[in-house]
Amino acid sequence: MQCSICKEKPATVHLTQIVGDKMQKLDLCEDCAKTKGVNDPAGFALGADLMFGLGAAQEIEQAGGGVELKCSRCGFTQADFKKSGRLGCPECYKTFSEGLGGLLKTMHKGTRHTGKAPETMRSSTEDADRLKILQKKLEKAIESENFEEAAQLRDEIKQVTERSLAPKNLAR
Amino acid sequence: MRDLHSFLSPPAETAQRHGPHDRIVMSSRVRLARNIKDAAFPGWAKKTERVKTLETIRPAVESLPEMKDSFSEAMDNLGALDRQMLVERHLISREHAAKSAGSGLVLNREETFSVMINEEDHLRMQALRPGLQIKQAWAAIDDFDSALEKKLDYAFDSELGYLTACPTNLGTGIRVSAMLHLPGLVLGEQINPIIQSVNKLGLAVRGLYGEGTEALGNVFQVSNQMTLGENEAMIVERLEKVLAQIIEHEENARQTLLEKKPKTVYNHIGRAYGILANAHSISSKETMNLLSLLRLGVDLGLFPGAERALVDELFLITQPAHLQKQFSDKLSAEDRDLMRADMVRERLKNVSRPLVKPRPPNTTN
Repeated sequence: MQCSICKEKPATVHLTQIVGDKMQKLDLCEDCAKTKGVNDPAGFALGADLMFGLGAAQEIEQAGGGVELKCSRCGFTQADFKKSGRLGCPECYKTFSEGLGGLLKTMHKGTRHTGKAPETMRSSTEDADRLKILQKKLEKAIESENFEEAAQLRDEIKQVTERSLAPKNLAR
Repeated sequence: MRDLHSFLSPPAETAQRHGPHDRIVMSSRVRLARNIKDAAFPGWAKKTERVKTLETIRPAVESLPEMKDSFSEAMDNLGALDRQMLVERHLISREHAAKSAGSGLVLNREETFSVMINEEDHLRMQALRPGLQIKQAWAAIDDFDSALEKKLDYAFDSELGYLTACPTNLGTGIRVSAMLHLPGLVLGEQINPIIQSVNKLGLAVRGLYGEGTEALGNVFQVSNQMTLGENEAMIVERLEKVLAQIIEHEENARQTLLEKKPKTVYNHIGRAYGILANAHSISSKETMNLLSLLRLGVDLGLFPGAERALVDELFLITQPAHLQKQFSDKLSAEDRDLMRADMVRERLKNVSRPLVKPRPPNTTN
């Protein structure tokens, strides 16, 4: 087995980290394990970069179905993402959206933003539209007995309602 | 160009900044990652584009009332020593210290707001507070960000939130963190299980200077990892709950150590004092680890008359860049170790040996 970071030396350090109910695995050679501080006796959590960066590239690659995606705005490719674990520009989130979905699920609590928004983005009509969409999603989720999602949606609806009532100091 | 050294507060002053629970929580910080629309992220942008975004962002940040009388500079105008000093004060990241043309820093006079421009994202703005004040820090940076959004066009998506260079920061772009001094948990060998359970809650534990650094001086940073799917208030609240528990564990660990292994505790603290007060050459790493024990001794009432602020000041001025800055000649690492030992001996001259029997510990911060 090859090291998942340098892809050169054989992997001798095998790690499994469980965050919440998600499991992540990583195989490293001795040198990379050292540089990433994995051997640290203090038992530090693996940096988010380390865990997420690697899985991310793989997912995007699979989503591309073998064809290399490239951002039309900035020219960033999935190979670049694999190298750096970072995206090229805000537009890249659209370009690579398919592969990112699964990845976001593993690294975050949810896949929809529920926090602060710039004031210009939270006009009342937009909130109203959003509420309509959320309501529909909620009905669907309940219908298909997907209660976890339903609960999340209910929270989100509550938040949108609250923030449209109090446009200032949201999310405090 | 403004001189950074004379802009920054003297360490004797910074050590006097107090906040709730500062016997364990050294500082609180909330950082927001933001990017502007229609520009490549700093790591991908060409130099000319980075310079352009810097020129757009910097005046906008400078114009905020909070940044009146601020220190604002392009990173390539700062020398290596100045950058290192900023890192030692936790005002910029180590990553930002390595940046050159097209990156910048805007820092307010009180050192409570620090804005890194073109770090990993176009904007990394942080509010810093002494002690446990993450709610206050969030409120401060929230207002700051709301004022800034009127001047800049942020990259925002209604589904994904604030768009960031790394998907790990997507959504709220928030990182809430506290710097904790946990000598009791380290001496009591309970730190590893604590770190593991904190990790299980989806929070990260890092060393003194953030990602990939060791826990020098028994100082740990605890922060959230997830930024999407939860709003800022929830993230702040969750971290606050966990911090309250860590504080309690640390207090308990100190009590238990004193009850069960008093000799071990006095031995560690006495030896730390002995070395610090008598050494003629000492590395910054050893200094930090021993100062941590001295700080514990002060907390436990073993050094009547000595204040925690003295230890905190030493903690800062014995670090390499701060130490170098006090001398005009360029010091080698060996020279620094000599100078550091001289300085620590001098500062501890009036601190007497630790008591054999402590006074009742002062728990009122």
